[in-house]
Amino acid sequence: MAIEKIFKDDASEEKGERARMASFVGAIAITDLVKTTLGPKGMDKILQSTGRGHGVTVTNDGATILKSLHIDNPAAKVLIDISKVQDDEVGDGTTSVVVLAGELLREAEKLVAAKIHPMTIISGYRMAAECARNALLQRVADNKGSAEKFRSDLMKIAMTTLSSKILSQDKVYFAQLAVDAVMRLKGSTNLEAIQIIKKPGGSLRDSFLDEGFILDKKIGLGQPKRIENAKILVANTAMDTDKVKIYGARVRVDSMSKVAEIEGAEKEKMREKVQKIIAHGINCFVNRQLIYNFPEELFADAGVLAIEHADFDGIERLALVTGGEIASTFDNPESVKLGHCDLIEEIMIGEDKLIHFSGVEMGQACTIVLRGASHHVLDEAERSLHDALCVLSQTVNDTRVLFGGGWPEMVMAKEVDELARKTPGKKSHAIEAFSRALVAIPTIIADNAGLDSADLVAQLRAAHHKEGCNAGIDVISGSVGDMADLGISESFKVKQAVLLSATEAAEMILRVDEIITCAPRQREDRM
Amino acid sequence: MALAFDEYGRPFIILKEQEQKTRLRGIEAQKANISAGKAVARILQTSLGPKGMDKMLQSPDGDVTITNDGATILEQMDVDNQIAKLMVELSRSQDYEIGDGTTGVVVMAGALLEQAERLLERGIHPIRIAEGYEMASRIAVEHLEHIAQKFDFGPTNVEPLVQTCMTTLSSKIVNRCKRPLAEISVKAVLSVADLERKDVNLDLIKVEGKVGGKLEDTELIYGITVDKDMSHPQMPKQIQDAKIAILTCPFEPPKPKTKHKVDIDTVEKFQTLRQQEQKYFDDMVQKCKDVGATLVICQWGFDDEANHLLMHRNLPAVRWVGGVELELIAIATGGRIVPRFQELTPEKLGRAGLVREKSFGTTKDKMLYIEHCANSRAVTIFIRGGNKMMIEETKRSIHDALCVARNLIRNNSIVYGGGSAEISCSIAVEAAADKYPGVEQYAIRAFADALDSVPMALAENSGLQPIETLSAVKSQQIEENNPHFGIDCNDVGTNDDMREQNVFETLIGKQQQILLATQVVKMILKIDDVISPSDY
Repeated sequence: MAIEKIFKDDASEEKGERARMASFVGAIAITDLVKTTLGPKGMDKILQSTGRGHGVTVTNDGATILKSLHIDNPAAKVLIDISKVQDDEVGDGTTSVVVLAGELLREAEKLVAAKIHPMTIISGYRMAAECARNALLQRVADNKGSAEKFRSDLMKIAMTTLSSKILSQDKVYFAQLAVDAVMRLKGSTNLEAIQIIKKPGGSLRDSFLDEGFILDKKIGLGQPKRIENAKILVANTAMDTDKVKIYGARVRVDSMSKVAEIEGAEKEKMREKVQKIIAHGINCFVNRQLIYNFPEELFADAGVLAIEHADFDGIERLALVTGGEIASTFDNPESVKLGHCDLIEEIMIGEDKLIHFSGVEMGQACTIVLRGASHHVLDEAERSLHDALCVLSQTVNDTRVLFGGGWPEMVMAKEVDELARKTPGKKSHAIEAFSRALVAIPTIIADNAGLDSADLVAQLRAAHHKEGCNAGIDVISGSVGDMADLGISESFKVKQAVLLSATEAAEMILRVDEIITCAPRQREDRM
Repeated sequence: MALAFDEYGRPFIILKEQEQKTRLRGIEAQKANISAGKAVARILQTSLGPKGMDKMLQSPDGDVTITNDGATILEQMDVDNQIAKLMVELSRSQDYEIGDGTTGVVVMAGALLEQAERLLERGIHPIRIAEGYEMASRIAVEHLEHIAQKFDFGPTNVEPLVQTCMTTLSSKIVNRCKRPLAEISVKAVLSVADLERKDVNLDLIKVEGKVGGKLEDTELIYGITVDKDMSHPQMPKQIQDAKIAILTCPFEPPKPKTKHKVDIDTVEKFQTLRQQEQKYFDDMVQKCKDVGATLVICQWGFDDEANHLLMHRNLPAVRWVGGVELELIAIATGGRIVPRFQELTPEKLGRAGLVREKSFGTTKDKMLYIEHCANSRAVTIFIRGGNKMMIEETKRSIHDALCVARNLIRNNSIVYGGGSAEISCSIAVEAAADKYPGVEQYAIRAFADALDSVPMALAENSGLQPIETLSAVKSQQIEENNPHFGIDCNDVGTNDDMREQNVFETLIGKQQQILLATQVVKMILKIDDVISPSDY
């Protein structure tokens, strides 16, 4: 008697080999999609959204590309997820992690076809990953001791990261920018404190890092455009009509004159509030919320610069740079900490007016103004810079550094190969496969640069047979070069995260022997 | 179909709208049910054991879950068949009762159904089969008790507990670092356990996960983590020896439940009202300050003004903390949850040695750690991992390990794993079968065969020859009269003694598996008529 179906309609089930095939195909498709963006000569992708306006994004950033894809294959979703986590956690290496996971699965597919059980492959991969990590740990350089060397390490890392992005033309300039910005954070990883303002116009080279702080706001009418030695009160308070907050209160009057009286009282209240604020002895007032015309006028009369609608992040950053506290009540002027800066002035970037705070006390936040030919360029520049900033801020915390240009992969591959030779049993096939997957990354970098990858990787492998070699692929000259001389470095933390996440993801997908897909939820089509 | 006629030959309608219903009866119905049950069991069979595979499940919204946990697989599977739903229930009840062995119970039920099918074909009445199964399950459970061993552990000797948790974890994806995770689970359970009463309240263990980092970074925090940050960005990020006021009232003007209106009709009233409002905020903050609190944790939000006042008076505060977390904080810090400002007293404050805010990764993710609490009975297991699915699966695995540790504290009897208990039971049931006169004898023997199916699946998943391995182990058990031989899934060596390989399972878990599986199978066998509405 036929087995009745046990699932709901439209639900599907794939078993054993077919399930594995489906995951491999999905994962490898994703890998092939992003792998051309890898390396300094990697290409960009254009993404067009299906939403209104068909917005276009041009990018080289793996996480951004994958985030925008609509994928139905569950294995591919795992890869997208690791790329996203990589982005959140270390900020860079989002493409590498997907490519490595994909290559691991591609190798696994061959092993499965050769009748090796997935569990054996997994245990081999695990051993290999552990061994690769140890190999990296042994070769890692740490210049925590000397500030100067560390700074040059940071420069190198920033340049390496930026070289694969749109900013590669001006990478020295931007690397300098990013390193300066991160050094100002003094070890904090809170990148919110670095504000990036994008203004179309000019060229990328016109971008600059501002020591102070730039607020994308206009100065109220009739108020001073330039304040020296400013005392700033940063506030979050209602400056429209101060509502009565007691629940259920309402105004009930019986004559017109009463209305006028109450209106007068309201005005009086606002005037008092403004007086209190001014009594702090300030000459600049920045509020998160709206400031109505009436109080604004009062401020103008008192010669106080009032800035309204500074967004929440802006307020927080401003509080950080100027060292003031964010105030909401104004009854104790003596104990409120005010912010200070030497100069507030209105500046022009392109054709927009911005408010510039310079000579700030704390200097934990700063602003990077990006200029560029178009929105797309600016967006991509922001993403690239964000990657660089993330990597740098992580490196400040974990100062270990590796060489780049395929050097870490070759080092790992060599050690893993060594391990494969020593390991008895079927696992050694898997370990060998792991090393092949690692070598695939320099191969792809070389391929993307239009070089003879087979030849280059063979040379590289030979070079790495010597102890303590620093050889990697020099994409610019198309040959094997010394990474120490070329100054190509990468952060250890990023490489480690790539290695571990990719192995974890590959393992996860390999363990699956059945895919059950539920029927898609019926949605009302609003289109 | 169900038609009856009265004396004039007119039909009575017994089943409403019977044309629109499909109906299966008798042996047909039983066979259909059995085959559905078997189909579900077959899906889970490959997940059994340390070399079992995972399943990837895609939910209706496209979210992906990768898991090895039987209960989770079945729950997300979106089954439609009634019998399949029964199997789902079965696995769920094992999950609720024991927490572990959710896959095994379904495989066991599937095997029992398969054996029943054969007996049905030979013409044995389903009820007799059910009764035979019942008897057999009693024998098996008794036998389990017989072969079970007590082992002693105390707060100092936790090794046995760790070993048992490791057995549970070894079948999951986290087996890469099963040792540290098992230790974490055991420590967590022991710190909340009430060893006198032999009870563990698992609600006191919070399992939190955050993507990023690696699995090895998973840690046990003797305290609580809250996924919130300080209400004002400039409040101190670290507080030593915190005295915590736990509030369930908002820092906002009161909202009486009865409907009311405050009418403002004169300027004086307007002004007094305003002053009152300001005083109100002031009072609230002052009250917290007066009792000596150094940290305020509130279930509700704060008004901007109150927020600033708090910050101004140097009183850090956390807002929008969920009810469950609030309760945990109260337990951990020994504080009382205070519903009104008027009721705040110094005794009601909770105490914690250290409260700190910690940020993660490159995004602005912050979490609040409340550690070194006065009463360290509430703990948090904080999981890190490479991706979302990994964290979810780790959570489930940790849950299983926690349940196992709890069961051991409740009842410290264990049986040996690796299928050895099942094989031993199978031998015992087989031997007992001959003593029963009547048809039940066949059913009891069938039960013994079904018991063999679990070790068989284990062997198969581990890439061994199932029948060969099973018969070898079985003969070894009988020969040496030692119930500890099992399937060597981990390829350790030729010695299959599970005692030496440290593969333990809890006695109650095993007993419950057999009892629950038997019950469900009995229920399925008793069905002889399935009436279901046709699709269209």
